[in-house]
Amino acid sequence: MDSSRRGFLKIAGLSVIGAAGGSALVARGSETEPAESSHDDAPASQGTRLAMVIDLRKFSKNDPQLKRIVDACHTTHNVPDFGDDTKNEVKWIWPEEFETAFHSQEFHYVRDDLQGKPTLLLCNHCDNPPCTRVCPTQATWKREADGIVMMDWHRCIGCRYCVVACPYGSRSFNFTDPRPHIENLDPAFPTRMRGVVEKCTFCEERLARGLQPACVEACDNDEIVFGDLNDPDSKIRQLLSEFMTIRRKPGLGTQPEVYYIVEDPRSMQEMAPAVVVSEEGGNHA
Amino acid sequence: MRNAGMIIGGLIIFLILMTSPIWYNALFGTSVEPPKVESPPNGSTECVEQVEYMRAFHMDLLNEWRDKVVRDGTRDYVSTTNGRAFDMSLSRTCMDCHSNKADFCDRCHTYMAVSPYCWDCHVEPKEAL
Repeated sequence: MDSSRRGFLKIAGLSVIGAAGGSALVARGSETEPAESSHDDAPASQGTRLAMVIDLRKFSKNDPQLKRIVDACHTTHNVPDFGDDTKNEVKWIWPEEFETAFHSQEFHYVRDDLQGKPTLLLCNHCDNPPCTRVCPTQATWKREADGIVMMDWHRCIGCRYCVVACPYGSRSFNFTDPRPHIENLDPAFPTRMRGVVEKCTFCEERLARGLQPACVEACDNDEIVFGDLNDPDSKIRQLLSEFMTIRRKPGLGTQPEVYYIVEDPRSMQEMAPAVVVSEEGGNHA
Repeated sequence: MRNAGMIIGGLIIFLILMTSPIWYNALFGTSVEPPKVESPPNGSTECVEQVEYMRAFHMDLLNEWRDKVVRDGTRDYVSTTNGRAFDMSLSRTCMDCHSNKADFCDRCHTYMAVSPYCWDCHVEPKEAL
């Protein structure tokens, strides 16, 4: 066979082009598949859609109730307490001042009774959650059955993409081993390990056993109401249709599902004096 | 074959060295008893599945339970052995009977030199702490 350097280079070049073209075709063929099966993040309009209403009128400044609610959640879920070490802080539900919690509303002159009003913040279980989209391992996702933004701590690789994606600061990262910082370990619930993100799960493990979320259970006076948005007779829907509520950062289009009642207690007095009697204690302090 | 003596001799030395742990154990080693698995302290004699299956495949069963509970949100497991329903929970169902983690889990895992990461997060029962 007459083999020359020129002939060899010709054949080599042709095979490279052929191989590249072939693999490109194969890649195009496989690309179409995941596109078809990819899930869309459309809000669930059927089935159960769990949501929460937090009644800001019922919380006063330095309300001991706040600590009780936060502790109820954090002890139930073995959330570590790092004290003043805010760099390592892990939190599922926490109080923030009203103006801070709703800074995107750009209040200039906040109504007197709302100034510095303690506002409980937690995962909003958005209808359009940005955190689940960015997770490279599908360790967090939106449950279709009830809308809970769920986490699989077995699968989390700790990349913290979701922490960055969440516009509400609802996700915490375990920079160190949380075990030594948990005072009372509840053996019925796991802890997390170093390098895992955690957040509120709407107490899905309690819901599965027919219980209300721990924070709701810790309330004395229906400060937090939990229920199904798709059920027109649910208590949560009644509250939403009766009172003025706001949500955090609605402009982002994430469709948060935690609502805050900001009704003016004075207008309430004019409209329904009977209701205010029970409310008075909370608003005076 | 040139240097046949060297090659064959070298091979023999190589084989002796390679298999030396086996010889060593056979001559001087103390025999290791397979670990005896402790039965549940609460006297329960019925597991979710048959003992032989559990011994061989408990890790697969636990993985299946984990995926069912966390990802599918289903919690009931119906035993194929006796038809009873169980809560798919490591800390609530398994450790309810096998509350002696050190004698039950660890003894075998240490013998087999496996270190499952269950207990990095799941909390072992109080008795064992």
